[in-house]
Amino acid sequence: MINASLKELSAALATKRISSVELTSLFLDRIDKLNGELNAFITVDPDKSLTLAADADARIAKGDQAPLTGIPVAHKDIFCTKGWLTTCGSRMLANFTSPYSAHVIERFGAAGAVILGKTNMDEFAMGSSTETSFYGPVRNPWDRAFVPGGSSGGSACAVAARLAPAATATDTGGSIRQPAALTGITGLKPTYGVVSRYGMIAFASSLDQGGPMGRSAEDAAMLLNVMAGFDERDSTSLEREAEDYTRDLDRPWEGVSAGRPLSGLRIGIPKEHFGEGLSSDVAQTVDAAVAQFEKLGAKRVGISLPNSGLSVPAYYVIAPAEASSNLSRFDGVRYGYRASEYRDLLDMYCKTRAQGFGAEVKRRILIGTYVLSHGYYDAYYLKAQRIRRLIAQDFVEAFKQCDVVMGPISPTVAFRIGAKASDPVQMYLNDIYTIPANLAGLPGMSIPCGFGENNLPVGLHIVGNYFSEARMLAVAHQYQRATDWHRRMPAGV
Amino acid sequence: MSLSLEEVKRIAHLARIEISDAEAVQTQGQLNDIFCLIEGMRAVDTEGIEPMSHAQDLMLRLREDAVTESDQHRLFQSVAPQVEGGLYLVPKVIE
Repeated sequence: MINASLKELSAALATKRISSVELTSLFLDRIDKLNGELNAFITVDPDKSLTLAADADARIAKGDQAPLTGIPVAHKDIFCTKGWLTTCGSRMLANFTSPYSAHVIERFGAAGAVILGKTNMDEFAMGSSTETSFYGPVRNPWDRAFVPGGSSGGSACAVAARLAPAATATDTGGSIRQPAALTGITGLKPTYGVVSRYGMIAFASSLDQGGPMGRSAEDAAMLLNVMAGFDERDSTSLEREAEDYTRDLDRPWEGVSAGRPLSGLRIGIPKEHFGEGLSSDVAQTVDAAVAQFEKLGAKRVGISLPNSGLSVPAYYVIAPAEASSNLSRFDGVRYGYRASEYRDLLDMYCKTRAQGFGAEVKRRILIGTYVLSHGYYDAYYLKAQRIRRLIAQDFVEAFKQCDVVMGPISPTVAFRIGAKASDPVQMYLNDIYTIPANLAGLPGMSIPCGFGENNLPVGLHIVGNYFSEARMLAVAHQYQRATDWHRRMPAGV
Repeated sequence: MSLSLEEVKRIAHLARIEISDAEAVQTQGQLNDIFCLIEGMRAVDTEGIEPMSHAQDLMLRLREDAVTESDQHRLFQSVAPQVEGGLYLVPKVIE
């Protein structure tokens, strides 16, 4: 049951082969057994989860269930969840029981899914290893001495270790895709604006996007069907007709043969993503994955994303600038942590923020404050926004020659816990291949495609044009029908 | 470019984050490493390129000027550090 797909779980629940209470208990037991070691969850509340499961069973008994009714889903602790502790991985919110729910949480609630718990994450989603969490690092289930990636490392670990059938996550510079790659699962960051940011604690609002994590493209499509949708409470939520993201899974292309289901698909291979800095094990594994796509009928096209190398510098101006503004709300007045001793109001703010935020969050607030300060705005912030347009235009040109772009997610497989923790620049360079899609607002996903050094998973990056999620998922699904990397399971879980 | 210790302290003050002298020294080194990375972008010619502030070219939506929120101040203030009579309490600002 722990390896069943969402479709299989849905069928088992509908035909009463298992109840939601039984299924939820199964995963709660696994969390109880393994979370002490893996640290994937910050909060589990079995009573609350089992009450939701019983509600789902009642709904199934009446026959009015939706595809995810009764399925337990773990939520990244960045999503405000009414009545649940919502910490964002920070001391600042360690006492914050949210009085309301994010749109994403409401959607899963309406679908009848069960909240399995809240997952660990880098503090305020700032990190690539889940080591900046106030709640301690998450461990990679493939080898516990290694990081699971970040910032959604708790969600990725939970799915990879079969502590949850599926999870939600968010991606500002790679925080869904990179941990998905490093733990061997499937993760999708949709087109900016597809998933509402309402109640998703803000990091960099022009880049933040929620998305699903699951074990397969098919699972991700089913999850995105629930998560996506217009929400007037998010000013950047897109008013679009609801889509069925599973619609193309089994018929991705018109008029193709069964053996070559991807005939006609043009895969763009950006030369900039295969150059210096990419480790050879990842390069070989990704190349083998593209070769597999060629066997399925796709064609390789050499492309260029010439401004790709500027994405990390531009991102580390734009994201901290937006973060410094967003995080000014944490001042010890309306919610969250307040320092216990202070002289006056100013001192209360300064001590609250010094004690409530961890080192990485403070660093980014300081960078953002500086680049937005008087005399530096044009040189840094505006400059970075101009570079952002160059990067977006690179993709406009690329998609004239190809249907999807493929490459590595991360320059290396997972690194050891502690290896980069004291070197912010090395940590930032992890996201060199994922950041461009955030800056451009394009959808991107990671699918497992093999193993590299230390037998750790490698992820394949698929970037599509705006709103092409259904097609990307279909492309990934065809690969997953022909391979079994996504079915591999870490030992000892 | 390189940030001086005074600049680090000034930024920390602007950001309302208390910083000790020892922390300021450590932060100075890390911020300078990060700005060294960022410098790579400044040499690029972006003359005539329109800044891109957002992933989508969107117009802000307007809605009817109507009350849509119910009064939930008790619920929302239940998570505040200090409240009294429906007000958030902070140290005295005006003598």
